Amino acid sequence: MTPANPKLKNRIGESLSGASIIWESLVREGVEVCFGYPGGAIMPAYDAMIQYPVHHVLTRHEQGASHMADGYARASGQVGVCIATSGPGATNLVTGIATAMLDSIPIVCITGQVPSQLIGSDAFQETDITGCTIPVTKHNYLVTQPEQVAPTIREAFYIARSGRPGPVLVDITKDAQQQSCVFEWSDDEIVLPGYRPDYAPLAEQLEEAVELIQNAKRPILFAGHGVMKSQGTGALLEFINKTNIPVACTLLGLGGFPASHPRSLGMMGMHGETWVNKAIQDSDLIIAVGMRFDDRVTGNLKTYAPNAKKIHIELDPAEINKNVRVDVPIVGDARAVLQELLPHVDKCDREDWLAYIDEIKGGSSVRDIKNLPDLGKLYAAHVIHDLYRHTEGKALIVTDVGQHQMWEAQYYKHDYPMKLLTSGGLGTMGFALPAGIGAKFAKPEDSVWIICGDGGFQMTQAELSTCAQEGIKVNVAIINNGFLGMVRQWQEFFFGGRYVATPLLSPDFVKIAEAHGLTGIRVEKRSEVEAAVRKAEETEGTVVIDFRVEQEDSVYPMVPAGANLHDMIQRPDQPGEHEHNPIFETGEDD
Amino acid sequence: MSQSVQRTFAVFVEDKPGVLNRVASLFRRRSFNIDSLNVGATHEPGVSRMTIVCEADEDKARRIEANLYKMVNVLWVDDLTYKQSISRVLALIKVNCERIQRDEILKICDVFRARAIDMSPERVTIEITGPQDKVDGLVSVLRPFGILEMVQTGTVAMTRGVEEHDLAHPTVPASRSTAA
Repeated sequence: MTPANPKLKNRIGESLSGASIIWESLVREGVEVCFGYPGGAIMPAYDAMIQYPVHHVLTRHEQGASHMADGYARASGQVGVCIATSGPGATNLVTGIATAMLDSIPIVCITGQVPSQLIGSDAFQETDITGCTIPVTKHNYLVTQPEQVAPTIREAFYIARSGRPGPVLVDITKDAQQQSCVFEWSDDEIVLPGYRPDYAPLAEQLEEAVELIQNAKRPILFAGHGVMKSQGTGALLEFINKTNIPVACTLLGLGGFPASHPRSLGMMGMHGETWVNKAIQDSDLIIAVGMRFDDRVTGNLKTYAPNAKKIHIELDPAEINKNVRVDVPIVGDARAVLQELLPHVDKCDREDWLAYIDEIKGGSSVRDIKNLPDLGKLYAAHVIHDLYRHTEGKALIVTDVGQHQMWEAQYYKHDYPMKLLTSGGLGTMGFALPAGIGAKFAKPEDSVWIICGDGGFQMTQAELSTCAQEGIKVNVAIINNGFLGMVRQWQEFFFGGRYVATPLLSPDFVKIAEAHGLTGIRVEKRSEVEAAVRKAEETEGTVVIDFRVEQEDSVYPMVPAGANLHDMIQRPDQPGEHEHNPIFETGEDD
Repeated sequence: MSQSVQRTFAVFVEDKPGVLNRVASLFRRRSFNIDSLNVGATHEPGVSRMTIVCEADEDKARRIEANLYKMVNVLWVDDLTYKQSISRVLALIKVNCERIQRDEILKICDVFRARAIDMSPERVTIEITGPQDKVDGLVSVLRPFGILEMVQTGTVAMTRGVEEHDLAHPTVPASRSTAA
């Protein structure tokens, strides 16, 4: 990928400053956009930037920069880059770095550091950012000499994108940026003696897996984030078309298997569909692909899928037997493993099992609310569903964290991979707006819809200003219920209805948008949803829609934290309560 | 679930700044409790060797191993727990010792193959190397004399015979528990 960029002069062998070498290296790694915020210790790098074909997006807070790099990486599959100064600039990145770490997102963070002779003296804006970020990065580096800059950045990109991806931080002292050295760049394969990202599965384990699959009467396959990370969606589809095994997705796995496929069950876990969790509990074989049995997925481990044998296909050996004891671990790339298994498994119908799943599906609920009466109230589910219909499921959706995130996962059907970006592992409120901006830079042709709550939006609302300055178009749908909704829901269910610190007074979001020179729309009725969505799509520039939804609606069904997966709280469906809960779930609509 | 036992890992790492911090941070972050940790140079330039002792059952031991391998600076991990191996600690023990007690204390040292390395009219300093239980034995015998001060290293350990470490990862991760 080296001199591929025609805009880059070949300066190998010339004496360059460390600051210039940063950009030489980034451009050679394919970087076209980076997100950042300048400051004292990174100023030499910013000064050198103007010579290079990299578009810099000035954020309003460094947390925004790391989320944007993350959103860029999620949407493009490439490495995202953010840049910040030492001290507070670097520590402000940390939330975004931890978010990327838990969701295995490849980003490279460049931070300035005080001059090397001042390290350890509590100098102005000095923070031990490599020390701070050891637990939340895949790896990190402190660079104190210009000669180290190019090889370190090369290694950083290699580590970030290879194996199970993750964030890598490169902290570069100011003197290393200012001093010069002869610029050298190697295209040789990187050899790190202690780093082996490419595990290959054992033949014996593959054989055992095939035997379990052939003999299973009630199998279920879990599609996690790893399916898309390994570009294995095609392989999975082929595998399922042959084996007819029903597929359940994790939150980050949504889109890895088409939601409209007849074997698709939907999302599993805490707010998963009732029939999915029930099918898991009744299964005799789980084939988990590229997922890590998070506690939000399993519920109580002691009662989890008690009769199921478990095959765990996972790239990271440290995930094996971490939460759930498995019978056949297969350590390897999800796509490669599925392709290896495919020729050895037979076509199989398992009609009883599929009929049983259809039965529990029909018996509980179907999430099609389009035929339900409009009682003049606006529910988040309406908004998401209408958005889904209008965008034909093709929008690039970025969600924040909380109730709206779960409603999105339930009501927006994801048929296409990498069209849902959400902070799953860390659950970072404030993620959506900056990540959506990053995603827009990665996919300028896509219609980007940022869905967030009134709470999360306000955490990083300042980035609207970045949208305005960059002149980019994203659509922001604020699901505004006047509460920190998910916490309120837990207070209602588990804390005696005491709403402590959850009622939320928000500014007028329409005026906030207008104050940025952007368009704001308020929607209070379901009948206005579609027009607002259409107007947003047609309007040039970023649009903020303030959807004033029912204040005390809850996400159903729900497995309380740590409870058995089959013990789900259902939406109250008592006679006479329909008026109170107009989104009651019924099997009749399908 | 297998039983939790005291385990000894030999961990070969790159000799780079901050590696000890990374390894210690991993154990803290994953709630793997370290009983002792020792780091030192090896005969190969650029390679340090750690000996880490901690409580873990079989599953946890495999996860410790896998997590260590995830670190870029970790070259090789060897679980010595069930291998024929030698493990040693070194302790220095300063004991109250009146003139008339000297013979008795020196005889005790003989029994434990410990050495008196410093002596003053009222005290003696003893050096002992050996497995932890031998050191503990000596300490319990010396306690009645009055121990004034004591220091000991963490365990260092290696296998008997020759173990071929080519300092490259094993091709197959040790992800399979034998205690199913």
